[in-house]
Amino acid sequence: MSTKIGVVTFPGSLDDEDAARAVRAIEVEAVSLWHADADLRGVDAVVIPGGFSYGDYLRAGAIASNAPVMRSVVAAARGGMPVLGICNGFQVLCESGLLPGALIRNAGLHFVCRDEWLRVDSADTAWTSRFAQGAEILIPVKHMDGCYVADAETVRRLEGEGRVAFRYTDNPNGSAADIAGVADASGRVVGLMPHPEHAIDALTGPSDDGLGLFLSVLDQLVRA
Amino acid sequence: MTSTEVSQIVDTVDNAIATPDHEQPYRELGLKDDEYARVRELLGRRPTAAELAMYAVMWSEHCSYKSSKVHLRYFGETTTDEMRRTMLAGIGENAGVLDIGDGWAVTFKAESHNHPSYVEPFQGAATGVGGIVRDILAMGARPLAVMDSLRVGAPEAPDTKRVLPGVVAGVGGYGNCLGLPNIGGEVVFDSSYAGNPLVNALCVGAMRIEDLHLAHASGAGNKIILFGARTGLDGIGGASVLASDTFSGGTGRKKLPSVQVGDPFAEKVLIECCLELFAAKVVVGISDLGAAGLACATSELASAGDGGMSIDLDRVPLRAKDMSAAEILSSESQERMCAVVAPEHVEEFLAICAKWDVTATEIGEVTEGDTLVITWHGHTVVDVPPRTVAHDGPVYHRPIARPDTQDTLRANVPDSLARPSTKDELRATLLRMIGSANLSSRRWVTQQYDRYVRGGTVLAQPSDSGMIRIDERTNRGVALSVDCNSRYVALDPYQGAQLALAEAYRNVAASGARPVAVTDCLNFGSPEDPGVMWQFEQALHGLADACAELGIPVVGGNVSFYNQTGGTAILPTPLVGVMGVIDDVRRRIPTGFGTEPGETLLLLGETRDEFGGSEWAHVAHGHLGGLPPKVDLAAEALLADILIAGSRDGMLSAAHDLSDGGLAQAVVEAALIGETGARIVLPEGADPFVALFSESAGRALVAVPRSEEPRFTEMCTMRGLPWARIGVVDRESDSVEIQGVAEFTLAELRETWEGPLPALFD
Repeated sequence: MSTKIGVVTFPGSLDDEDAARAVRAIEVEAVSLWHADADLRGVDAVVIPGGFSYGDYLRAGAIASNAPVMRSVVAAARGGMPVLGICNGFQVLCESGLLPGALIRNAGLHFVCRDEWLRVDSADTAWTSRFAQGAEILIPVKHMDGCYVADAETVRRLEGEGRVAFRYTDNPNGSAADIAGVADASGRVVGLMPHPEHAIDALTGPSDDGLGLFLSVLDQLVRA
Repeated sequence: MTSTEVSQIVDTVDNAIATPDHEQPYRELGLKDDEYARVRELLGRRPTAAELAMYAVMWSEHCSYKSSKVHLRYFGETTTDEMRRTMLAGIGENAGVLDIGDGWAVTFKAESHNHPSYVEPFQGAATGVGGIVRDILAMGARPLAVMDSLRVGAPEAPDTKRVLPGVVAGVGGYGNCLGLPNIGGEVVFDSSYAGNPLVNALCVGAMRIEDLHLAHASGAGNKIILFGARTGLDGIGGASVLASDTFSGGTGRKKLPSVQVGDPFAEKVLIECCLELFAAKVVVGISDLGAAGLACATSELASAGDGGMSIDLDRVPLRAKDMSAAEILSSESQERMCAVVAPEHVEEFLAICAKWDVTATEIGEVTEGDTLVITWHGHTVVDVPPRTVAHDGPVYHRPIARPDTQDTLRANVPDSLARPSTKDELRATLLRMIGSANLSSRRWVTQQYDRYVRGGTVLAQPSDSGMIRIDERTNRGVALSVDCNSRYVALDPYQGAQLALAEAYRNVAASGARPVAVTDCLNFGSPEDPGVMWQFEQALHGLADACAELGIPVVGGNVSFYNQTGGTAILPTPLVGVMGVIDDVRRRIPTGFGTEPGETLLLLGETRDEFGGSEWAHVAHGHLGGLPPKVDLAAEALLADILIAGSRDGMLSAAHDLSDGGLAQAVVEAALIGETGARIVLPEGADPFVALFSESAGRALVAVPRSEEPRFTEMCTMRGLPWARIGVVDRESDSVEIQGVAEFTLAELRETWEGPLPALFD
């Protein structure tokens, strides 16, 4: 059976079509998953895209983490399904408890949209295995609440266990330890603030480095 | 409440007939004596309170164009059939629509939200974006991108620190949350905007040609469905009354400004819901609710259809208690739409709205008659011919007089201003110019806007134009630029407006797209000032005549009057937006140097000693006088042809239009954007100051790969476009050298160019 990757749409999701485009760019079928529907439609992995789910009028990602589809995603992730949370998706994964820490208002208090050089700090996750450890990749960030925070013990543990997936080389938002993205203990659930789905083609993004995340998970799924 | 009690407080039509001498607060609502008399004449009785509210908002300057209508006809008169060839809808619809090929229709429009943005910068700007996006949506199109053109007071003025950050946060906060990329715009500082900033927002959208929706209510028995946000007390007498009232800045303001409050999440959901409704083909007609709210939507839909309409206000979902009929009709609560739906489609319509959690309510229906009848609490509170509200408003022929001061202004030529002549002076001037408020990098602003969302952005700020891909299969796309140098317009409104068009046209061509259509946003002072009306008429004629000469139609736009503080008007600001089409966005021309190894730099067009209204005269001497640069539309068209041919045949690796700040500015920007050094050799015998800082129009700086240079220059020579080789790009170098004048490191230039706005506003 051919591989399928699901892309969740909440009301207020904005980069869902873009995440689907990135999935199709690696010649994998993108399956649309609706927030109110708990059915994961037989997908092999899930991308929670960027946006402002439900307007983010509570805490960013807080309401989305309780959507019917997220209950299924959380269960599937605990069963080993690879899940990628991008921007608002990262916030949703933190709110749902799949990833540690939280994202708060940027240090500069402004929305920030710019191209960032990220260092791949761990090439051992399901979403980073195509990269060389320490590789630098150019990916855009665009967010208001992207400052990653966690207690010192958690940050130490993430560092120690190689679960910092990506780090900023020029921290745009005040994130602790320049953390741009983290993985869960299994390495199959990854969340990051930058937008790899907007770096799949030099025509519409700063690079095509973002494809590496999607190709990485494809390797995992094909091997599995 | 019993019906007797209600009738005591409700001003019904019967009540209006029975009490003809009841005194009404029409002046407070903005109607003049003769306008009120005209309403009474049209109805043959006094209006009810609700009717009065409708006429007052719909007959305001903002909604009725009463001072500009007689002049706007000139656009139609100067648009030829040839120019209309690809026009699917034009002025009068919510937005103009163009056939761009491959079965795609593109719609775009600019609109002002100036007055609310002064009162409350964040919400004023946010709802400005929200409003223009709904205009595009109401055409049946998916909104694809926005642009914003901002004008505020002097950079150091304390109030600018309130207004600009608030406006930028509002534009960004709304657009980012709505999921529309912001692909360009302008930020201009001038003290004339201190008490009256300009916030002009543009939106572009696309649809398949067969999906075009026009606003009308046809077919008796069809249902009127109001959907989206609930109706509240915000923005009552907002845009429409606020925008028609001068900021007097003192005592005696009777109307409390009430700026609308935006909810971008509600609008995002509304967009997706509408697009699903369109796709399901369950919509006969649709209108957005903007200025003048339901009063506008019902009267416009009804007068554009073939019947009458009945509306039951008790069904309108409210978010405030005890709203009167007049308040419900004139509320400008955001994120609402009104649709006409055939009875057999109502159920499906409501189901789609339910899927998106969008409140949708049937509030009335299309009737056989020809009147708009509105009931409230079981009483008829409005019974009017809808055209009298929507279209038969007053039309003024305002007095027009060329101001006496115009001759003095034009005689005050910049020729005697001290010019830099030594190398040190020229070096210092270049740094001062690129670090000035108007020429410095806009990054502090644009970094607060999402330019990537939707995945179709090919070019965005700081490129000459914004470009988006429309068709992922064919790579067809459009480019847009909005421009206006209001100092030029002040010196000569006719030519100044033409220069604004020429600049936007040139910017679009410099990205490789062929300009096809124009939208405008005409921002001026009070129409009751004959001098302002002269500026307006001149600018409008200049723009229309230039469009006719270039063969591109004005397909839509907006007029904003009363932009003044006390008796002092803003610099006249006819903002011009040009849209171009590019067959294949992969052939776009970037602005930055260094995409190819070994590039030669060519200056296209003719440079003259032209400093009237220039940035240099402003920065170095605080001077405004003389004549603006010469307009040569034939030269602009030729330059555009050459740029487009260069893009199509892959002969250009970079292009940057020359405008404010001249050649020096263009070289610095292209080098910094490309992060590449360059060596400039000014043409032999040229006065370095004029060569570097003149603002002659019709020019562009291009980078040509060495292998293409003979072919490209031969084309220019053959077609009669002046060109000069003025240097080379050096990817190994980290400096910009202007031979015989000065050398700058890229780091020094970047710090000077990027430093000012963060220093002022962070």
